[in-house]
Amino acid sequence: MRRLAFAAAMLAGVSGIGAAQEALRPYQVVGDAIPQSLTGQRGEPDRGRAVVVSRQSTCLLCHSGPFPEERFQGDLSPDLKGTGARWSEGELRLRLVDATRLNAATIMPAYYKVDGLNRVASAWRGKPILTAEQIEDVVAYLATLRD
Amino acid sequence: MLLSLLAVLLLAPAHAAEIPQAEKKSGYDFMTPETKAMQDELTSNPGMLTVLDGEALWNRKTGAANRACADCHQDASNSMKGVAARYPAFDAARGRPVNLDQRINACRTERQQATPLPPESKDLLALSAYVATQSRGMPIAPPDDPRLKPFREAGEKIYELRQGQLNLSCGQCHDQNWGKKLAGATIPQAHPNGYPLYRLEWQAMGSLQRRLRNCLIGMRAEHYEFGAPEYIDLELYLMSRARGLPIETPAVRP
Ligand code: HEC
Ligand code: HEC
Repeated sequence: MRRLAFAAAMLAGVSGIGAAQEALRPYQVVGDAIPQSLTGQRGEPDRGRAVVVSRQSTCLLCHSGPFPEERFQGDLSPDLKGTGARWSEGELRLRLVDATRLNAATIMPAYYKVDGLNRVASAWRGKPILTAEQIEDVVAYLATLRD
Repeated sequence: MLLSLLAVLLLAPAHAAEIPQAEKKSGYDFMTPETKAMQDELTSNPGMLTVLDGEALWNRKTGAANRACADCHQDASNSMKGVAARYPAFDAARGRPVNLDQRINACRTERQQATPLPPESKDLLALSAYVATQSRGMPIAPPDDPRLKPFREAGEKIYELRQGQLNLSCGQCHDQNWGKKLAGATIPQAHPNGYPLYRLEWQAMGSLQRRLRNCLIGMRAEHYEFGAPEYIDLELYLMSRARGLPIETPAVRP
C-alpha cells in the first residue's frame, strides 16, 4: 500500500498530465510577496484543497496537513496547518510560484516557473507544475488554514 | 562583511559534505523487520531464485565458442569473490569504466562469441546477481585507480545537479533528507550495495539503473538509456559514497 502510493506519486510523471501549455502570466514581486492574483480573480478554496491533496501536485510528498483522509503525507517540510495565519495571500503566492526567490537552496519546487530548469522530461517541458488558476485556488485554500 | 559571509556559508546547500562513515546506513536499515527477515533468510529471499538461475548460466556452454563462464573462471565462489565490491572498473579498451553487466556482456561477445544480453533481461540479471552474491558481506572498496577519477567526478556532478520539473537534486533527498518520509516512503541514503535486488513494488529483480531511472522519473527529469555512460558515472560515485558498507546482493527492498 505504502509502496503503491509512493509509486503513484513519483510516477505521476509518466502520464504527462501537467498544466496546459500556455504562456505564463506576468507577475510582480513586492518584498517577499506577489500581492496581485495571477488571474485577476480570487481562487476557490474547495478546488484548492483538491489540488493540494492530489498526487499530481506533489505537495503531500513533502508536507503534511489537515487531511485526515490522506494516509501518506511527507515530513520533509513544515506542516501546512496554520499557514494562513503565518502568511498573507501575497506571501503564499510567491512561495508557491517560486520559493527559490526566498531561499535559493530550498527543496520546494517552483510551481509556476518554466525557465532555469535542467533536463526536464519532455512530457513536462515548458509547462509549470500548476496553472495560474490552480495557484490561485491553492492560495485561497491555504489562506483558510488559520489554526 | 563578515556577517554576510557567514550568512552565505550558512545558507549554502549542504552538499559536497558526504555522509560521515559512522552515519552511513544501508537501505536495509530503514526496512521493516519483516522485509529484513525476507532478505536475511536465503530460503525466503525471492532474489535467490535469480541467483540460482545465474549459477546454471555460469556453468552452461554457449555461443560460437561453446564455452561456459566456468570454463575460464572456474569456481565463482573463489574467482568472483570481491569483484562486485570494487566495480565499476576501468576498461582500457573503451577508455572508460564499465560496470558488472557490461563486463559480463564483454565476456559473452569476446570470449563466448555469443550475443550480448539485453539490459534488465532475466539472464543478465541472473548472471550479475550470481557474480555479485559471491561478495555478499564484503565491504565496498572502490579501487584507487586514478583513471576513474574524472568519471567519478562526472557522476558527482549529476548527483548534485538540480534537475527535472521538480528541480531537485539526488543529494537534496539522499544527503539532506534521508530518514524522513517522502509521502509514505522513507528516504534511504541511496547506497548501491544490494543490486541487482528484488523490489517488492516491482514484484521482480531489477538493476541499479532501473532504480536510478525511477528516481529520475519521479523528479520529472529525462532519464537515460540503459547502459548510458551517465549511469556508470553515477554508479562510480555512489560506490565511493558507500565505501565500507557490505554488499547485500540479492537484497530485498520495499
Ligand atoms: C520537495 C519538497 C516540497 C514540495 C513537493 C512542496 N513543498 Fe512546500 N515547502 C517545502 C519546504 C522545505 C518548505 C520550507 C521553506 C523553505 O525551505 O524554503 C516549504 C514551505 C512551504 C510553505 C510555507 C510554510 C510555512 O509555514 O512556512 C507553504 C505554504 C508550502 N510550502 C506549500 C506547499 C504546497 C501547497 C505545495 C504543493 C503545491 C508544496 N508546498 C510542495 C518543501 C516542499
Ligand atoms: C524526491 C526525493 C528523491 C530524489 C530527488 C531522488 N531519490 Fe533516490 N530514492 C528516493 C526514495 C523515497 C527511495 C526509496 C524508495 C522506496 O523505498 O520505495 C529512493 C531510492 C534510491 C536508491 C535505492 C537505495 C537502496 O537501498 O536500494 C538509490 C540508489 C537512489 N535512490 C539514488 C538516487 C539518485 C542517484 C538520484 C538522482 C538522480 C535520486 N535517487 C533522486 C527519493 C529520491
